[in-house]
Parts: sequence; structure tokens; C-alpha cells
Amino acid sequence: MALKIDQDHARFRDIVKGRIRENLKRYISSGDLVARQGKDTVSIPVPQIDLPRFRFGEKQSGGVGRGEGDQGQPVDGGEEGEGEGGKGKAGQDAGQHALEVEVALDELAKILGEELALPRIEPRGKARIVADKDKYTGIQRQGPESLRHFRRTYREALKRLISAGNYDPKRPAIVPIREDRRYRGWSTSVQPVANAVIVYMMDVSGSMGDEQKEIVRIESFWLDTWLRSQYQGLESVYVIHDAAAREVDRDTFFRTRESGGTMISSAYKLCAEILAKRYPASEWNVYPFHFSDGDNWSVDDTLQCIEILKTRILPAANMFCYGQVESPYGSGQFVKDLREHLGKDERVVTSEIRDKDAIMGSIKEFLGKGR
Amino acid sequence: MEASGLRVALPGYLRDWQEKIEAFARRSGLDFFPQVFEVLSPDEMNEVAAYGGFPTRYPHWRWGMDYERLKKSGDYGLSRIYELVINNNPCVAYLQEGNSLTDQKLVMAHVCGHNDFFKNNYAFKITDQDRRPPERAEDMVVSRMDRLPTRRWIDTFANHAARIRRHMDRHGVTAVEEFIDVCHSLENLIDPPARMLEGRAKPAEPDEDAPAEEVPRLKASGYMDSFINPKEYLAAQRKKLDEEAAKPRRFPERPTRDALQFLLENAPLEKWERDVLEIIREEAYYFWPQAQTKVMNEGWASYWHSKIMTGYACDASEIIEYADRNAGVMGGGGKNLNPYKLGVELYRHIEERWNKGRFGKEWEDCTDLDDRLHWDRQLGLGRKKIFEVRALYTDVMFIDEFLTPEFCVEQKLFTYTWSNRNDRFEIDTREFRAIKDKLLFQLTNFGNPFIFVEDGNYENRGELLLRHDHQGVDLDQEKGKETLRNLYRVWRRPCTLATQFDGRPTLLRYDGKEHTSKRAGT
Repeated sequence: MALKIDQDHARFRDIVKGRIRENLKRYISSGDLVARQGKDTVSIPVPQIDLPRFRFGEKQSGGVGRGEGDQGQPVDGGEEGEGEGGKGKAGQDAGQHALEVEVALDELAKILGEELALPRIEPRGKARIVADKDKYTGIQRQGPESLRHFRRTYREALKRLISAGNYDPKRPAIVPIREDRRYRGWSTSVQPVANAVIVYMMDVSGSMGDEQKEIVRIESFWLDTWLRSQYQGLESVYVIHDAAAREVDRDTFFRTRESGGTMISSAYKLCAEILAKRYPASEWNVYPFHFSDGDNWSVDDTLQCIEILKTRILPAANMFCYGQVESPYGSGQFVKDLREHLGKDERVVTSEIRDKDAIMGSIKEFLGKGR
Repeated sequence: MEASGLRVALPGYLRDWQEKIEAFARRSGLDFFPQVFEVLSPDEMNEVAAYGGFPTRYPHWRWGMDYERLKKSGDYGLSRIYELVINNNPCVAYLQEGNSLTDQKLVMAHVCGHNDFFKNNYAFKITDQDRRPPERAEDMVVSRMDRLPTRRWIDTFANHAARIRRHMDRHGVTAVEEFIDVCHSLENLIDPPARMLEGRAKPAEPDEDAPAEEVPRLKASGYMDSFINPKEYLAAQRKKLDEEAAKPRRFPERPTRDALQFLLENAPLEKWERDVLEIIREEAYYFWPQAQTKVMNEGWASYWHSKIMTGYACDASEIIEYADRNAGVMGGGGKNLNPYKLGVELYRHIEERWNKGRFGKEWEDCTDLDDRLHWDRQLGLGRKKIFEVRALYTDVMFIDEFLTPEFCVEQKLFTYTWSNRNDRFEIDTREFRAIKDKLLFQLTNFGNPFIFVEDGNYENRGELLLRHDHQGVDLDQEKGKETLRNLYRVWRRPCTLATQFDGRPTLLRYDGKEHTSKRAGT
């Protein structure tokens, strides 16, 4: 069932996204709802707009609390303390009870979709573009006469007459006036353009330990899962490489374990070939992702990589993402080289992933909105 | 628009329980408005909660923001709204679909408490829509037994919504919404105590051409007159009156806290803007008593749900579930002082003191710890006392009069402050005086600073001067500046706020282009 508040909610979302009322942007803060799963805490982003008003400075005031402890001991307690005053709602929450309940992690995965999006996506090619759709969705008080809704207009007029006591059942003359007129209203729904391909490249060489591979797999798994849920008809290509590169299917990509030397250029070459052959830039939004521990075989190979990136991949891609996992064996040189040669290019995004906890942040770096 | 109120018929078994619980509550002495319960789905519940309890509000993104927070925390199982009740006659409350019968009974019992509080607490008298300014002070507290007051706030809020929608149709959504934002930013600049007297005839404006006022004389028979009212005295008085009259007239006559009213009367507003501001002011006054009695109101409702549930409405199979829910509602420690818990414990504390006669001079003067510990005069006045308290007090007075050192120890209360050294909040002290002061400070004016309109013709340039009555805590400077900017939008002339920062008198000013801040008196 549609709720009245959906309109207010949509308006709020539009403000947060910066589509309307840009002057409110400076009041937006990102609140968090904090959920606990066992020992871990997960925070759910809840943007908040605080309108300014005359109020006390925050940290000066302090408050009264309840519990054990001696003088000087830290006090815990959530952000929504009653004592913090001026939450901006003059007691409108009177009479609400709140209970804290535990939350499952997999439920939280869903929300991420809202915060992430493919950057710089552009309509390309014709075959698979989902068009904008106009649909009559409601009734408005103003509009062109051609869309006037006769029945609703008539009903408003009738309502007005009855409530004013002017309705005479014996002579039911009903003349709508200007205020009674109702018109069909429409809204345009925009589907995300789905002509996109993601190329996942992963380093599976010997220097990548099990832990590193695990991190890469987790990260690319989540990237893949979210992007698939967000964009219909999104295509994915999976490439693994050590000294040589090969294209594999999704299953193999996430399961395979190999070892050997590292020649990153082999993967980039393969990637460039695949793009040229199957996904021409005129028709596709292209997003190559590469994960490695940053330990390449030789300086020459690195230079070759950069050459391929510059001449063959970047011109065809919307963006190039490189994620580097920290490894005890690897020198981690590759990310520095990339930054040195291509650091100024907006299309190149690099991210260093220290451990499992950093995965979330890294995904945000790649796909965070506003890029 | 759906006609709310009686849209959803209550299922039979719930109606039965409603009747039983209401009958029991009435037998226990509660006196409340007729009640209407509605069953809502969780999403509808979130909607109504985001609208501040009302089925319809004017369109604004702020409700959407609250809705998102409520929905997310509901969907991810962080919190649930149990109950919502509106101060309206008849009193409307909501039950959530799918809650267990125990939960529903708990909510009904709780609502009886709130409803009784709405009806009887004197602070809520300002929400009577048929209120007349009282002639005498007693009129404010004496409950009218002959008829129920008119409180048709649900209708009023729906009318407000219709008015604002009409303005939006005519002037554009964004223009109206922008102005609503400005009004929200100023909505705490109201004067609740003065609201009681609103509608009183204003003292007549002195007539410019009227003959100069006579010096009042003491009555004396002719031959005594020159002795009783000597010439020199009359001349001195005459001079004083003339000086008084020659003083420049102030505007406003006296500083006023109801800045919204002042702006309504004097700011150069469009007709629709005036209407919007009026609506915001009206609604701000509606919510004020709830903010003013948060601890008392929640405490009272919790006291009664506990009495009704454990004394009547629960059977043995439900008592564990009830206890679990109750514990959830009463929980929270550390920085979050739960108003439900504080309120209910304080009522119980009062009840015990008046049952055992622990009040009055004899008790105050007793210094023997052992005597105090076993003090019991068996007066049994507790119940009577708490009913009296619920009618005549607000949070500030409640804490001021009934918070005792024993209570603070029993409830393990402490004060905390921000430690700059350790970058965290730390326990400051457990001393009674400090706790009480802090609590009172938080509750006074609901944690809002006292701001007065001092001068509507500041520097004789038609500028607006506000004064912050500084009581030891500085304002948030950035927020203050932004608020001045919004004030400028309404007043359309430079606005100044006189306040203090770090002990120095400061004037914050916004002139439409830039903010300035200067030390006062220089």
C-alpha cells in the first residue's frame, strides 16, 4: 500500500542526493544506526539534516547518567542520549518505546546497494538501453486542461457544495470552480542503464598467500553480487593470472588456487584483447578491476603494464580500479608505480586493502557515490 | 483522504480487553478521555510516528527523514515502536498489528496512564482549544468537571496540512518548503507560560492627545490639603511623570520571549508566509507540554501499566513476557538516563515517602540514621499524593521538589562531563547537589536557551535585536549564526543577537551579506 509519507520520504532522499534544495546540503550529517552482531558492530547509514536553531554548545554541557563506576571513569551510551537535548524534535517522540534487538549480518548486506553505484555510467549502445518511462501515477491540483480528470473534479465540486450546505438534491446543479479542478499527474521513472561489463582480474601467483587470495575473493564476490543486483543485464568477465593469464568462468575464479611467477602485463593484454573484440567502447560501459599484492616480476613488465593501460585499456574504459592486498612477501611496489604514472588520471582509482576489515572501505572507495 | 480515527475496527478480543482494562483503570482512580485504538501495520506505524503521532501532516521532508530512520531501525530489527498516543479528545492510540496479546494489553494499560495525564496535568491546559484566558490564578489548575475540553488536534493538524498544500499549489513546493525550513529553525522561540494568558485584552494604548495625567493626591478635606499634599511634593511628582512620558517608547514595549508572535505581528511577511508561520507556531505550542513533562508523563504511564498488568490484566502464562518487555522499556544505563525509569522510580519513591510519613519538619529535622531508616508513620497517603503530583507539577518542579539524596544513591545517578584530556565523556561526581542542578538545567525550558526579542528598532534603523539570557552555558556559535540568517529571511533587516562567549558579552550580527561578531560595548 502506498503511504502518504512516501512523498515526504522521496523529497528527503532527493535532498540528500543533492538533486534539489542544494542550500540544505551543508546541514546534512551522516548519522549511523549501530547494530551489534555478537562482538562485531555494524553501522547502518542514516543521513540526517539538522536545521540550525539557537541551542547550547554540545560538549560544554554534559548531563546526568545512571549506573556503576567511579569518578573519572568513561561513560558509555549510544548517541541518542536523552540528555543531549535539542534533538530537534520538540518532544514529538513522546510515547514511543524502543527496544534493542540483535541483527543478522546478511540482512545488512542489502543496504549497501543504496550507498554504492557504478561511477560515470553513460548511456551507450542501443540494444539494451532501458528507456525512461512516463506513467500516470496520481492526481494533481494543476496541470494542462487536456489532462483534466472529470470525475475527480466533479467529486471535489460536490464535496464543496455539500460542506458549504449549498447542495440541493432536488436540483443537483454542480458547477466546478477553479479550485475544484483535478488533473492527472505523471512521474518519470529512470531505469539504470545496464550496458556495462565488469572485468575482474586477479593475481593468483605464489606470493599471494591464502589470506590475500581470500581477501580478494571476498571483495570481488561482494562487488559482483551487488553490481549484479543493481544493474540488470550486467556482464562480467573473469581473468586470473600468474605469469600467464587466462579467462575463466565465475565459479573457477572464486575457487581456483595456483602458484607461480607474476607478470601483470599478461592479464592487461588479455583484458585489452577481450575488450577490443567483444565490448567496444562505443556500446559498453567498461569497468576493469584488478587485484594483486603489488609484487610484479620486473620493472620492465610494470612499464609495459602502464603502456597497455594508457593506450589500450583506459581509452576504452569508464574507469580502472586497482586494489592492492598487503602481503608479507610482496613489495607492494605496483600501486606506487601506478600512482606515479597515472595518479593524475581521474579514471584510475587505487585502493590498498590491509586486512578483511578494510574490504568495506575499499569497496566504498571504488564505488562510492559522488565519484 | 481517508477519514482516520475509526477507520479500522478493533478486533473483538482486543475490544473486550480494552473495556476490561479501562474499567480497572477507572476503579483505580484514573480519569481519562474516551479512547480509540487503531491497529496499524508496521509501515503505517512508522508513518504515523514520523508525523509525530498524527495521521496527516503538511508535506515536508522532515517527516520523510524521521520515517527513514524509523523504518531502517525497524527493518533491521534494532528497535520497534510499541505504542503511540495522541493528546486529543477523544484520545487516539495505535496498536501494532502482529504484536502478541500481552504486548497489546501492555500498550492499552500504558495509554490509560498517558491519557489520564493529558487530561489532568495543568501544563496540558494550553492545548485546550476552547480555553479562555483565566481571570484568577486558580482557574488554571482547577479541572472543569462539568464538561470535557475541546482538543480536536487531529482535525486541526489536517486543516494545517490542507492550508499548506494550498499555498504550495499556488506558490510552488520549493518556495513554501524553504519558508517552512526557516520557521522550523525558529520554532523554539516561543513562550509557553504566556500562552495561558493569550487572548487577554491588551492594556489600552495611551492616547497621544489625552491631557497630561493628574498627579494622584491623597484624599484630604480642604483645609488639610496643602499639608497632606504639599506643593513641592506635587511638583516633584509632576516632573517624574513628565520625564516618564518623554522617554522614547520602546518596541516591543517589554522584551518578549514569544519571538514568533512578534514576527507574526511585525515582520514584513507575505500573506501566505504569515499563515505558514502561524501554523508552525500553533504546532510548536501543541508539542510543548509533552516536552515539558516527558519524565512525569512517561513515568506515570509506566507506573500504571505496571500496576494494571501485574495486578489485573496478566495471567500466569504472560507474566514472563510482560516482565521481559517491561525490562526492555526500563533499560538503559550509562549516558542515557531513561526518562521512563527515572519517572516511575520517582513516583514510587514519593508514594513510599507519603505512605510512611517521611516528610515535613519532623522528618527533615531527624538526624538519627537508624530512625530514618525505619521511619514509618503508616499514613497511607502515598496514592493520594502521586495523583496530586501528576496534576500540578511539570518535570522541573517534579525534580526540584522530590529528588532526594537517598533516591540518587538508590538509583546510582551521577553527572558526566566531556574530558578534553581523554577525549571522552567521564563520570564527574555522584554528589546530590550537582546531580540535581544538572538535571534541572537540562529540563529548564526543555534544554533550550532563553532568547528574548529586545528591540524591533535597534539603533533606530529598524533592525532586530535579540538577547540571550546567559545562564552559564554558551550557545553553539555556528548554529547561532545560521539561525540569524534565517531570522533575517523573515525580518528582512539586519538581525543581532546579544550573548556571551567565554564570559565576554558578544554581539552576533547578520546583515544579509555577512556575519560579524564583536565584543559588546566597544
